[in-house]
Amino acid sequence: MSQILFFRTALFFYFLGCLFFLLGLRDKTETNSKGSLSAIQRLAFTGTGIGFLCHAVALVMQFQLAVPFSTLREALSFFSWVIVLIFFFVEMRFRVHVMGSLILPIAFLSLISAAILPQSSPSVDPALKGTLLGIHTTLSVLGIAAFAIAAVSGVMYLLQEGLLKSKQFSPLSYKLPSLALLDQWNKTALFWGIPLLTLGIISGAFWSQYAVGAFWSNSPKQLLSLGAWFFYLVMFQGRTTAGWRARRAAFLAIVGFVGVLFIFATLT
Amino acid sequence: MNIIVAGLNHRTAPVELREQFAFSEATTEKALYQLRENPLIEEALILSTCNRVEIYAVVKDTELGCGALKQFFLGQTNNQEVAVSTALYLYESNACLKHLFRVASSLDSMMIGEPQILGQIKDAFDLAMLHKSTSLILNKVFKKAISVAKRVRTETKIAENAVSISFAAVALAKKIFGDLRKKTVMLIGAGEMAELAARHFISSGVQSILVANRNYDRTVELALEYHGTPVSFEDFPVEMAKSDIVLCSTGAPHYLVSRDAVSKVIAARQNRPIFFIDISVPRNIDPAINELDNVFLYDIDDLKLSVEANIRTRENEALKAEEIVAEEVLQIICWFRSLDAVPLIVALKERSELIRQEEMKRVFDKLSALSEKEREVIDGLTVSIVNKLLHGPLTLLKKEAEGKNGNLLLEAAQKMFLLEEKNQTLPFDGKKESV
Repeated sequence: MSQILFFRTALFFYFLGCLFFLLGLRDKTETNSKGSLSAIQRLAFTGTGIGFLCHAVALVMQFQLAVPFSTLREALSFFSWVIVLIFFFVEMRFRVHVMGSLILPIAFLSLISAAILPQSSPSVDPALKGTLLGIHTTLSVLGIAAFAIAAVSGVMYLLQEGLLKSKQFSPLSYKLPSLALLDQWNKTALFWGIPLLTLGIISGAFWSQYAVGAFWSNSPKQLLSLGAWFFYLVMFQGRTTAGWRARRAAFLAIVGFVGVLFIFATLT
Repeated sequence: MNIIVAGLNHRTAPVELREQFAFSEATTEKALYQLRENPLIEEALILSTCNRVEIYAVVKDTELGCGALKQFFLGQTNNQEVAVSTALYLYESNACLKHLFRVASSLDSMMIGEPQILGQIKDAFDLAMLHKSTSLILNKVFKKAISVAKRVRTETKIAENAVSISFAAVALAKKIFGDLRKKTVMLIGAGEMAELAARHFISSGVQSILVANRNYDRTVELALEYHGTPVSFEDFPVEMAKSDIVLCSTGAPHYLVSRDAVSKVIAARQNRPIFFIDISVPRNIDPAINELDNVFLYDIDDLKLSVEANIRTRENEALKAEEIVAEEVLQIICWFRSLDAVPLIVALKERSELIRQEEMKRVFDKLSALSEKEREVIDGLTVSIVNKLLHGPLTLLKKEAEGKNGNLLLEAAQKMFLLEEKNQTLPFDGKKESV
């Protein structure tokens, strides 16, 4: 099936992009100037770009085939596409090439997990319930993608902070953006992520009403999702009122995302 | 025809010697006039900065030209001839071009990658053009030097990263805060270095300055100077909470800023990062504050280390820049070689036309019975023979003159066709470098 072909091509090119972005980290002379890209970075961007386009085609084909994003497999695939999309936007605006070295591994791992998972068909009536499930998954994935960006910013924040504190003037420090910008990304990501996840959970409850007959069933999935949602809510609240910004915000964003990954892993 | 340079710079001559030759705009004009009057010199340009004085010239005869420039330098000084002779360097052809490109690209500067030199070269070039002391060759060469410098600047990172203490402080602040425009700088004390750093912060966009000094009159004075707000010395630990960057440089023999004070400040700032720069010796800020979260402290040694790291980066980049320079020198030498071929080709054409005309005249004198039509045919025939014979050699000369063995070929052609030796010294074999 050609959809599978595009999917696998995307996987292959994400792998290349990932590889070249990681190799690009070793480039000693490159600084975060607005100048030209090094050869290896050009390869990384080309690989990622081709992968992204193939992935988009695969997603559109899937959309035409059935109700989109109703399985975990599809959700993971969509997640990986969204974070690459966000990466391209951030790159265009801020030219933070080094971010690719963090985003691409996540995108690749997420897509390869999707490939490994068995292709189960959703056991629901595709008419109404399926659409609702699709909405639930899409919103949740977008929310989680925002939290992934917050975590990636957090990692970059802690790296840059560590270099500045320890007074190591390594090339990496020039490749990373300023602490203020990274902290701003943390805030923006939470600002978008929380409402999206909220809507995702609400639509999930409605779907549960259709599928199981109850809005809330105290299932581990629902409890854990609610826990994650609450964590991020507290984090945002702490940020705006109690000064949980900068280092603490970066740290919490990483903890939160690792938690989300853990929830995904246990549910499968 | 050859291009030469004579001069002295920060490496060969101490400032006492260099300052004797520092040309102002007016004296440059006079000197250019003087150089142009010299029959040995075809084109001339004077580059005079605080680190170097150099005269670039196009001369007919390399040795005589070098002698003339040396005499010119010696003529400018009184009783320091020996010192000048040892300090003076002379480069010709390839070495001269390489030297010029390196100077323009700031590879020969005291601080590699400093940006002023390119502007100084442009000014020197403009001045020389204004006084019409440059022509075909120096115009081409200096335009090329300027474009090489730009290429070096865009293709290498030679001019990136701060290489002075005060710029390093600004660069570090940018890594923490990104945009500095809405940030507040507090200046405690008024050490020279701290004031310099404060000025750099202002030129990087900082608009809000707080000034604290033990002497309140001096505080007000400084505040006026920087359009800042004076803060009384007793209040500065409280006011610190409003500042994002604290520049400290006082003569106090003990710590003025304690760890406790800073932990209160950071709490009041709700964990907004704060950057302390301690330029005082002995230090005025407790080094232990660097252990606090969201507090960054750099003392004078840390800043020096940062500068050294940046200089190392520049030195690495300089290697790349040298490659670019070498590449560009090769290119312009090709242009020079093709320049040599032009007069030879013209001479060859003129000579063959002259021979043709003479021979035709002889034949027509003998065969006076020829009709106009027949004369035209014979005339056409000779033109065609000459052109066909010359076609091969001329194409070869045009093509190969730019190549490696161009000079040999030009010389051979000159001898074979018995042309007058116009170019007695064939330039740009580039093996000789006299210092």
